Amino acid sequence: MTQLAGYRPPYPGTQPNHLHPPYVSSRKRAPTKPLVPIPFTLTEITGPSFGTEILPPKACDLTRLRGGEAIGERIVVSGRVLDENSRPVPNTLIEIWQANAAGRYHHEVDKHDAPLDPNFAGSGKTITDSEGRYRFLTIRPGEYPWGNHYNAWRPAHIHFSIFGPAFATRLVTQMFFPGDPLLAFDPIFNCTADEKARNRLISVFDWETTSPDYSLGYRFDLILRGREATPMGDKLGE
Amino acid sequence: MSLQTTTSQTVGPYFGIGMTWLIRDNLIGEGVSGDRFTIQGRVFDGDGLPVPDAILEIWQANAHGKYDHPEDTQRKLLEPGFKGYGRVLVSHEGMFRFVTIKPGSVPGPKGKEQAPHLAISIFMRGLLKRLVTRMYFPDDPRNADDPILTLVEPERRSTLIARKTAGGAGTLEWNVLLQGPDETVFFDVGL
Ligand SMILES: [Fe+2]
Repeated sequence: MTQLAGYRPPYPGTQPNHLHPPYVSSRKRAPTKPLVPIPFTLTEITGPSFGTEILPPKACDLTRLRGGEAIGERIVVSGRVLDENSRPVPNTLIEIWQANAAGRYHHEVDKHDAPLDPNFAGSGKTITDSEGRYRFLTIRPGEYPWGNHYNAWRPAHIHFSIFGPAFATRLVTQMFFPGDPLLAFDPIFNCTADEKARNRLISVFDWETTSPDYSLGYRFDLILRGREATPMGDKLGE
Repeated sequence: MSLQTTTSQTVGPYFGIGMTWLIRDNLIGEGVSGDRFTIQGRVFDGDGLPVPDAILEIWQANAHGKYDHPEDTQRKLLEPGFKGYGRVLVSHEGMFRFVTIKPGSVPGPKGKEQAPHLAISIFMRGLLKRLVTRMYFPDDPRNADDPILTLVEPERRSTLIARKTAGGAGTLEWNVLLQGPDETVFFDVGL
């Protein structure tokens, strides 16, 4: 018999509610009935894993496509994936996607009147190393307008998707840039009550990954849920 | 002082750029055992309109009730052709479809067996964090005392059970209603 521990709930105020009225799209899409709390079972404490063989070549370099170089400011975005107990999360898949330097997504729904860049990949993927580290070479994304309210502009951001070891640890988030004047006005960034939590979505300029005459470095660590100290009292059948 | 989990943010409308490459709408690899099903459905918003920009992820055990994960230490067979992970994007009409096998039952709280089920995460523009739900299979007697289904008020349990269709025994329909009187049951797993 093995006893397994569940995953910790979030610290109050650090995660958004589904309904966040200033983010207009949440109004018709957030559930209106209370969520039904369930205990952790084997279903939630297990989850998919992926090996490096699924990664296309150069999947962590977004700056070259079709034999040409993307336009914009080259940046290295790197960091570590840790759990709440500061333990590295190794061998886990990270996916990113973003607008190009002009603030335009290579997507049929994006009608923003800004140029597409045929040499910008727009998305990347990687798998963390044994210490939970990851690294992407990309272009600093542009800010872009959106329809949430009059004269609404999203601060520059990179979308992150990460799996972690379990169904319970799956996380999708966005990374922002220090000093962006649009942050204060963005209903998505400002979705949590806890100001410190939201400020952790802002990457940190990093000399260590800044390369002379080539690119600036930004550091962004991702924290996934940690295990409960006590087992969930759920015995696995033999 | 421990660290705190990174704040969740929406996938936004353009997640297809980053997530289409890993579509897994057929979970059945070579040599996989179990009853095969095509599962299809639609996602609707609070106005009853189809949601054209959502992504569903599926996690499930194999036909023996074994998860392909190191923490599943049950003495049950793993099948190399079955990973248990699925990912589908909805169409412009909010439709999704995937092919998989009916999983075996897996243990639940206090060693009580759970009825066969798929764990589902749903991401979309408008959702600052994912929705978590489950899909159960129709006409399975184990549904009646499944330890998770029975936590749901009886009138709402049907939102979690797929329906048989005119398309034949191998095709099931399961819709996701984000709001309204027949709103799908979503679970709180501490996100
Ligand atoms: Fe975006």
